[in-house]
Amino acid sequence: MSNTHGHGGHDDAHDISKAVKTYIFIFGALMVGTVITVLASFIPFGNPKVNIAVALLIASVKAFLVAGYFMHLISERKMIYGILGATAFFFAGLMYLTLWSMEPTSIIHFIPNVP
Amino acid sequence: MDIPYTVTPRQDTGLFNAKVGIWLFLASEVMLFGALFSSYILLRVGAAPGTWPHGLLNIPLGTLNTLVLIASSMTVIMAWASLKMNRFGNFKIFQGLTVLCALTFVIIKSFEYRDKFSHYEIIKNDGTVLDGHLISQDKDSVTLHLAEPKKHPNAAVIQEEKKEEAAGLKVAHAEAGAEGAHHAPVTVPRSEIKKMENYGPWHNTYMAIYFTLTGLHALHVIGGALVMSFFWGPGSKMWRTEPERFTNRIEVSGLFWHFVDLVWIFLFPVLYLL
Repeated sequence: MSNTHGHGGHDDAHDISKAVKTYIFIFGALMVGTVITVLASFIPFGNPKVNIAVALLIASVKAFLVAGYFMHLISERKMIYGILGATAFFFAGLMYLTLWSMEPTSIIHFIPNVP
Repeated sequence: MDIPYTVTPRQDTGLFNAKVGIWLFLASEVMLFGALFSSYILLRVGAAPGTWPHGLLNIPLGTLNTLVLIASSMTVIMAWASLKMNRFGNFKIFQGLTVLCALTFVIIKSFEYRDKFSHYEIIKNDGTVLDGHLISQDKDSVTLHLAEPKKHPNAAVIQEEKKEEAAGLKVAHAEAGAEGAHHAPVTVPRSEIKKMENYGPWHNTYMAIYFTLTGLHALHVIGGALVMSFFWGPGSKMWRTEPERFTNRIEVSGLFWHFVDLVWIFLFPVLYLL
């Protein structure tokens, strides 16, 4: 956590009071985001893929707000970024393998020419 | 023996040890839920076109639970901020509210689960499919309230019906707005029933992944609520002797709670809306 929000021992009540205002703003944004997510799901965009993209985009923005401000990731130590960087790498790999496995030309769909 | 670096940061990491520990734990949690989301994608994309169910879950209840969880994220960070501002009384209020939000979430979820376990699909000997909530049953007959087809613009009909109709089965629902048919109770003699099954995790792939994802998430909510209840109650004595260490504990438990919220932010649209 940053020195501003955290445990360095030199942050003061004034800094926290300022941070609380940010938390209230983020809280409001998350509430509005939830309502928008629900309303957007009822809009017929014509293609279900667009609905999926919109819902996941809003969810990603909400996740950024929670991780960035409530979990203070926008001002963290390098150690935490290192841990999360490794996690993101393996998570991306997992999702890549998932999508790759669904490709019809993927090697895992190879059917041996059995007589 | 004193545990080192509970308050002061280590020189090499710049963090107190519990902070590193919780982030390593959360990294493993990301991979755990990531694997389940990956399974969801595989199952959904692999399902035959038009067979993935829509409209089976209660969107208003899911939305309410999302709002409750977001509110709890706010109260948990306010609990931590209160300690940083040396306001222990405020901490007690916010931490208590967080636990109440967690309980509310679990109660609402249990209502949703109960609804699924009393929601039955009956296939009769003549191929007719009845879908509705169980009112009563005895050794001779079963009585259901027939369910209304859900009206979602992106799933104009419950698409699972297409699969059943394609298989030569006739699906019977109470048509919304049809006179006399609204929530009509129907009694079926057991002798006419070929198969009867509720919407538990065994019902179909969608219900299986729904219960797996939300069940694991609910276990996290319960676990987090237990820890936060301890810090609200007996664990809060540490504030008198080691206030900084106690504040760090609240911060670490709060990070876990935010992660639980973060997972739900994705679970809600994926399972309820899409």
